[in-house]
Amino acid sequence: MSTPIWPAVLGRFEWRDLPLVRAWQQPTINELIGAGAGAIVIIGAVALVVLLTVTGRWRWLWSEWLTSLDHKKIGIMYVVIAFIMLSRALIEANLMRLQQASAIEAPGIVAPAHFAELFSTHGSIMIFFMAMPFLTGVMNYLVPLQIGARDVAFPLLNAIGLWLTGAGAALMMISLVIGRFSTGGWSGYPPYTEIEFNPGVGPDYWIWAVTLGSIASTIAGINIAVTIYKMRCPGMHLMRMQMFCWTSLCTAILMVFAMPPLTVATALLALDRYLGFHFFTNALGGNMMNYANLFWMFGHPEVYIVILPAFGIWSEVVSTFSSKELYGYVSLVIATMVIAALSFTVWLHHFFTMGQSPSINAAFGIATMAIGVPTGVKIYNWIWTMFRGEVRFTVPMLYALAFMMTFVLGGLTGIILAFPPLDYVVHNTTFLVAHFHNMLIPGTLYGMIAAYTFWFPKAFGFRLDEHWGRIACACWVIGFYLAFMPLYVLGAAGMARRTQAVMEPAYRPWLYAAELGAVILFCGLVALFVQLRVSIRSRDANRVAAGDPWDGRGLEWSVSAPPPEYNFAHLPHVEQRYAFYDDKRKHAPYARPPHYQAITMPKNSAVAPILGIAGAATSFALVWYMWWLAILGLLTIVATVITRSFARDIERVIPADEVARTNDAWLEAVALTRPVPRELETGRANQGLAKVRA
Amino acid sequence: MPGRRLLFTALSLPLLLTGCAALQLGVVNHAGPVAAEQWHLYLIVAVVLVFVAGPVLLLVPLIAWHYRQSNKNDAYRPDWGFSWPLEILVWIPPIGIVIGLAFLLWSATHSLDPYRPLAATQPPLEVQVVALDWKWLFIYPEEGVATVNQLVIPVGRPVHLSLTSGTVMQSLLIPQLGGQIYAMAGMTTHLNLAASRPGVFRGKNTQYNGRGFQDQKFDVVATEAAAYERWVSRVQTGGSPLDKAALSQVTAQSVMPTPKLFSSVPPNLFGSIVAASTQESQR
Repeated sequence: MSTPIWPAVLGRFEWRDLPLVRAWQQPTINELIGAGAGAIVIIGAVALVVLLTVTGRWRWLWSEWLTSLDHKKIGIMYVVIAFIMLSRALIEANLMRLQQASAIEAPGIVAPAHFAELFSTHGSIMIFFMAMPFLTGVMNYLVPLQIGARDVAFPLLNAIGLWLTGAGAALMMISLVIGRFSTGGWSGYPPYTEIEFNPGVGPDYWIWAVTLGSIASTIAGINIAVTIYKMRCPGMHLMRMQMFCWTSLCTAILMVFAMPPLTVATALLALDRYLGFHFFTNALGGNMMNYANLFWMFGHPEVYIVILPAFGIWSEVVSTFSSKELYGYVSLVIATMVIAALSFTVWLHHFFTMGQSPSINAAFGIATMAIGVPTGVKIYNWIWTMFRGEVRFTVPMLYALAFMMTFVLGGLTGIILAFPPLDYVVHNTTFLVAHFHNMLIPGTLYGMIAAYTFWFPKAFGFRLDEHWGRIACACWVIGFYLAFMPLYVLGAAGMARRTQAVMEPAYRPWLYAAELGAVILFCGLVALFVQLRVSIRSRDANRVAAGDPWDGRGLEWSVSAPPPEYNFAHLPHVEQRYAFYDDKRKHAPYARPPHYQAITMPKNSAVAPILGIAGAATSFALVWYMWWLAILGLLTIVATVITRSFARDIERVIPADEVARTNDAWLEAVALTRPVPRELETGRANQGLAKVRA
Repeated sequence: MPGRRLLFTALSLPLLLTGCAALQLGVVNHAGPVAAEQWHLYLIVAVVLVFVAGPVLLLVPLIAWHYRQSNKNDAYRPDWGFSWPLEILVWIPPIGIVIGLAFLLWSATHSLDPYRPLAATQPPLEVQVVALDWKWLFIYPEEGVATVNQLVIPVGRPVHLSLTSGTVMQSLLIPQLGGQIYAMAGMTTHLNLAASRPGVFRGKNTQYNGRGFQDQKFDVVATEAAAYERWVSRVQTGGSPLDKAALSQVTAQSVMPTPKLFSSVPPNLFGSIVAASTQESQR
């Protein structure tokens, strides 16, 4: 049973690569957990196929979603991927905490190698297939709407980015069913991940999943940056854009410059593993320090890639729910740009302990502290935005307040870690784990959930349930503190990260608290799903078709909810920042345009799904040494790209009278809608038309 | 500086009380000059950071609550969005704090550089450290002995560790004595530390390196100089030599729960391990 089956076809596949077979041969709890995870993936996939077939939704799915080039649908699909992957990675986090809490001077339930797979997939998923798709999805959805554009600059490229992300996420899921994932952590440091020390399929799964994700993010970055540079509506100067567009622009620039080092690092590691190169091996001139530098040249800007969009979201949320102009727009723009530039100057602080001279360490430590200044400025700008405002404690605002209070603590520990002598004591301990979760959970995750709550009515036309939203928020906040504050203590007590078992009984109370926190965080996720279910069931009572449920400022609130495919029946012409907000107060924002024109939009295309599926197949084939499939997949990719370049008929014209019909119907509905004051915005009276004070 | 010492003690007391037993295993309960200085540096930074975070932690709830929508007794200026005094307040003091901290960081990074020999009257004890899967080999070149998973050092005398790896990258951390440094194959890194009181302190690898990672711990035993000398001569006469057979047993992937002692070491073993890993694949 431990010999390859049909090596010419199935490469290095053996029966023992199936977790179900392993569990059959050796029914330990550890193997049963692995088999159960694999079974969930299979059952989930089969259930989805059955559901689509029974309801006859395949054609609808294909033509309305999978082949769509609509930036809004692509954005939504990104967020769907993010939620699926968040669920898996959060379950893995719970399993890890359960293991640590049960393995104090005891073996626990998860074997060491399996535990290592858990922390590797947890980290890889949370960064590459949760945070990245989530923020890319939100940017995709919002940027064109906020700058008054009908689409992104490269609609097909956009879909390709989505599908490559999906391919990488699929590879992560397949690794649960066939084979094992890497045990080298999300950073995949060689030489541990070299073939000499890890000949199995795990590191190859990691390499190809991350490569797909990094290419997808480079594409997304190019697309967002060009969209902002070239597609702004008349009068939308850069300094009139919403703050979210500014942070998106900086994020996109960071993506363009920071993702390629990662792609290069994984490609070089692949050359080592597949073709016997020696970039990062111990022997023959290889040097893993080059990998560490390449990886963190990506890895540190990546931190700001995942945080800057959230900063934009907070700017929108705090301003909207304080009924007040964003304080210090110019200084926020400067702060964002400074953060983006400085983010490329600090990567070395991820390995102060690699033996470089103290002057180098000190220089990077000071640069690291310097980033704290513009970040602090941003926090104060949100505080001054609430100052002399009228703060409404809605769900997104609660996340914003929790974020500001919690993020500051993460900033403090960040300054501590920026001191090389202090870093030496807690580097690679759970103190570090606590620190970056302290930045990423309040920063990125709260930001993304706040964005989801805030713009959900825009995307789907009805509000999310407020009650369950508050429950979810409470779980995410309480759970965070319980799960991660103990890790600071444990790290200061010298507990190494990625530890499967613990020998110190003194750690016990802290590990129990962290385990409880992890469970509460999981409850937060469940509450979000319950909220979605409850909201869908009561959607007819919570419709906000007029499109402006929160008295918003940006152009995205000036159109119907959900917006038409072409976003704007008549392209807006803005003369100042927050044009829509001002319109509501001084002019008539819901006036019929003098005339309608036919609108040209991109046609659906099967190119992106083909590239995504071929990319996943090629990667899977490379992992398993199924060379025929790898060649076939690559040929499919090349042939598809060449064929597409000859396609002429790629646009579709929406006639003017259809645009007129849709828009006039919406305007009539708006005219019949009763405006709602802010006090009632979370109730059923809110139909998406804001009552404004003169 | 007894005054400063007192201040530190006063500041660290609540931490010691609440941190309970776990923190006793960390730098809080420092047992050497390096860790002690790191802890003092931590306290200085922590005090500064209170002034950095304090305003935010106070202002966020105060302002959010005071300017809540239902409070009608406050000012409402929806179009107010800029003020030079506030702007100066949020940019200049943080920049000043960072500049101040930068001076502290620069000098502390140099004085606590792990490569910097500790000031002392006696020459440092030389120990060569080889990171293996999943254990630590400590070679005492001057004494001609070696141990696995036990580092015995004399109290008060500086210790100079030279590290390399016979396998993947690892990281050596002894929280109570201070410092952490990577061990990488084909390269030598350095770590200087010392124990100021006798005791047993936990050391470990913090860089994941495979399925025995969680067991890769060792004890640092700090004893008085005389006891250390007795220990050396006991190992020299009592243990078995680190010959080829013993070496291949030590370098094989395994966990060694109990320390091993070796009475003699091949000449330049450390150097040959550094050189070997760069020569050819070990596969």
